[in-house]
Amino acid sequence: MSRRLPKEQYEHTLSYRVKEWLKGTKDPFLGNVEMKPQKEFQEDRKTIVRRDREKKRLFEQIYDIKHNPEIRIFRRAYNIFSVLFCLFLVTMLLLAVSDLPKFGNASNPVNNEVAARYIENGLQETGAVNIVTGMILDYRAFDTLGESHVLFVATCTVLILLRLDGDKKGRSGVGYVMENDRIYEPKNDMILQTVARIVVPPIFIFGIYIILCGHLGPGGGFSGGAVIGAGLILYLNAFGFAKTERFFTQKTYRRTSFCALACYALCKSYSFYTGANHLESGIPLGTPGAILSSGLILILNICVGIVVAGTMYTFYVMFRKGDY
Amino acid sequence: MAFVQNFPFMSIILSLFAGPLSSVLGGKKAKWLNLAVISIIGAMSVAVLVFVAVTDEAFVYTMGHFPAPWGNEIRVGILEAFMAVFFCLIMLLCMLGGVFEREEEIEDTKQNLYYVMVNMLLCSLLALIYTNDLFTAYVFVEINTISACGLIMIKQNGRTLEAATRYMIMSLMGSGLLLLGICFLYGLTGHLLMSNIKEQVALLHAGGEYTVPLLISLGLMSTGLAIKSALFPFHSWLPDAYGYSTLSSAAILSSLVSKGYIFLLVKIFFRVFGFGIVRDSKVVNVLFVFGIAGMIMGSISAIWENNIRRMIAYSSVAQIGYIYMGFGLGTTAGVIASIYHIVCHAATKSLLFVAASGLTDVSGDSTKFLDLTGAGYRNKLAGVAFTVGSLSMVGIPMFSGFISKLLFAQAGMESRNKMLLTLIALAISTILNAVYFMKTVIRIYTPVPAEITREKGYITMKARERLPKSAALICFIILNLVLGLSSEPIITLFRRGLAMFA
Repeated sequence: MSRRLPKEQYEHTLSYRVKEWLKGTKDPFLGNVEMKPQKEFQEDRKTIVRRDREKKRLFEQIYDIKHNPEIRIFRRAYNIFSVLFCLFLVTMLLLAVSDLPKFGNASNPVNNEVAARYIENGLQETGAVNIVTGMILDYRAFDTLGESHVLFVATCTVLILLRLDGDKKGRSGVGYVMENDRIYEPKNDMILQTVARIVVPPIFIFGIYIILCGHLGPGGGFSGGAVIGAGLILYLNAFGFAKTERFFTQKTYRRTSFCALACYALCKSYSFYTGANHLESGIPLGTPGAILSSGLILILNICVGIVVAGTMYTFYVMFRKGDY
Repeated sequence: MAFVQNFPFMSIILSLFAGPLSSVLGGKKAKWLNLAVISIIGAMSVAVLVFVAVTDEAFVYTMGHFPAPWGNEIRVGILEAFMAVFFCLIMLLCMLGGVFEREEEIEDTKQNLYYVMVNMLLCSLLALIYTNDLFTAYVFVEINTISACGLIMIKQNGRTLEAATRYMIMSLMGSGLLLLGICFLYGLTGHLLMSNIKEQVALLHAGGEYTVPLLISLGLMSTGLAIKSALFPFHSWLPDAYGYSTLSSAAILSSLVSKGYIFLLVKIFFRVFGFGIVRDSKVVNVLFVFGIAGMIMGSISAIWENNIRRMIAYSSVAQIGYIYMGFGLGTTAGVIASIYHIVCHAATKSLLFVAASGLTDVSGDSTKFLDLTGAGYRNKLAGVAFTVGSLSMVGIPMFSGFISKLLFAQAGMESRNKMLLTLIALAISTILNAVYFMKTVIRIYTPVPAEITREKGYITMKARERLPKSAALICFIILNLVLGLSSEPIITLFRRGLAMFA
């Protein structure tokens, strides 16, 4: 086949580069991607010695193993008793399970008027096509209110444990961690960044879709929030803190989660109050199947989604850096 | 429907709302918000208590537009309302008593997180008290566990972190067992609402069906809650968690958190299974044995202890043993004695923790016994308060502990085959209690020569300094005397409340 283009021009075309890449003569990433291998985790002698010394001190002075018969006996008996206990628990639970009503049997006690009403009247009463969402956010909304606060408390506990505050010096100080955040990872990984650039927007959109359509199909605040949180984490991994901190900092997290939880609590206290006092709530259920339907469920799903996404992201950041 | 009937729901939501709000406020504002929330909820609970006591009828409050068993509901009787009032009061005093320690020991930027934890803890306690639904109870048990863990580790040093880890593991084990028990029960009855489960369980029991899974689910739930409230063989998380955490955490944990679980267990016994079935199942006998073991072993560990905070913590193990022994008697009188002891122990243990910190303040912040010599002269109010607490724990008349011991002994006399064991255990445990508490009281009132005081840098403190702590101590002393001197109306209230449970 004759070549229409001169050789220099041909070398700039896409087909030439693809051909070269297929043949393996030239790797387009070579030289462009940072190929420095990750630094292996190494400890210097001093820290090893110090750790050993501390461990020894723990056993000798704090637990006082030599002069503490209680612990000595405990250590000996521990293995035996743990095995015995596990066997006992396993036998007991198996015994109980074998006596339970058979799974899937129509006459089981769980198939009673409670489940029947959820299934038969769920759509009319809550306006949610997805009965599970109707159940957790309308019938049993108090439980879910508690459950979303479990996430919030868990994040606060992680903040207590891992957030680095003040100006501690040395390896645990904020400055050290900030500077050395990426020691063990390559910077600006092109593959990761390219993939993230393509994948992150669909992930966000998918997460938002799951949240917004939680009352129409499978999904809801918890799962959609988790998807958005995963997207945030991927974005952070690809582009680093400098980019994410332009739109998401600890202050943002605290404010959004406060607003979401407060909104949730207010909405639900309104419906609890009206429900218990036999007042009309005045919230229209809309046509089942439409996005704007099923009363408060959509708003509650959005609130839960915000809390879950923030929680996931905050957990990740706390374990990685301790501050943001 | 009277407006007062909205108050239990409002107090749960108010404390739930105050949690996230504290996280956006600064430390100082969060502190005031927390005090305000506890006081408002306490006042509302008093109104509820008066309302229920006057109408003499428990009421059910539907959470939402759907009646239970489809929706959630809470149920308020005399006992529930009394516990809410009492828990708010104790929590308020604990928070007051520990103000200085909190400001010293917690990093400035994390102050507000502490109040997040306290608000959420209060919310979960209220929900545990009021709930009429087992799954709601489980959700709030989770909140309770996590926030208690946060309270332990907010003072960050090696000991508290280890204590928090240990607490987390043990406590999650307890939650897991509780959840398993709830699952079994749901599979057998198809309900999560306590009243409906009770009907179904009664039917199953009468028909003799599913005896083994029912028994196992009762056992799992009792064990789970026993682990979480530190019954004797599961107490290993307790001394470190109470001994090294910041003062108000230790006081709240010992007096409220474990009591919330015990109250849930009472609800499970009376409102889920029915006490007759529980008594027939012999689970109470197991609790009885472990309760007695706890009474003795906890006291023995306390005698060996050389650190005053840990000694008080081990004393908690013994007192939890008393409470479970009362359940183990299997009579209503025993349960009433236990509930009285819940109240008495909550009032006394928090008093002891606050008083002990008053004593260590003037002894160079050392918790060792040797350094506490003569501390009762250096901080007179704390000395008096510690003495009152000790006398109450030992069971001297006039103080609250005497009444609960008396009730236990009376309940023990009624039960035929457990009488001897109960009385012997009470006698031994009282002597052991006296050994370690009187040892401490004698030590804090042993004068030390002036040169040692100077050399060790001991200081003298008047009640005017650290005013909140002194106020809390005085309130605690009054509370103890009230519980000890006018116990009859309270016991009548409990009796009426327990009758409402069924």
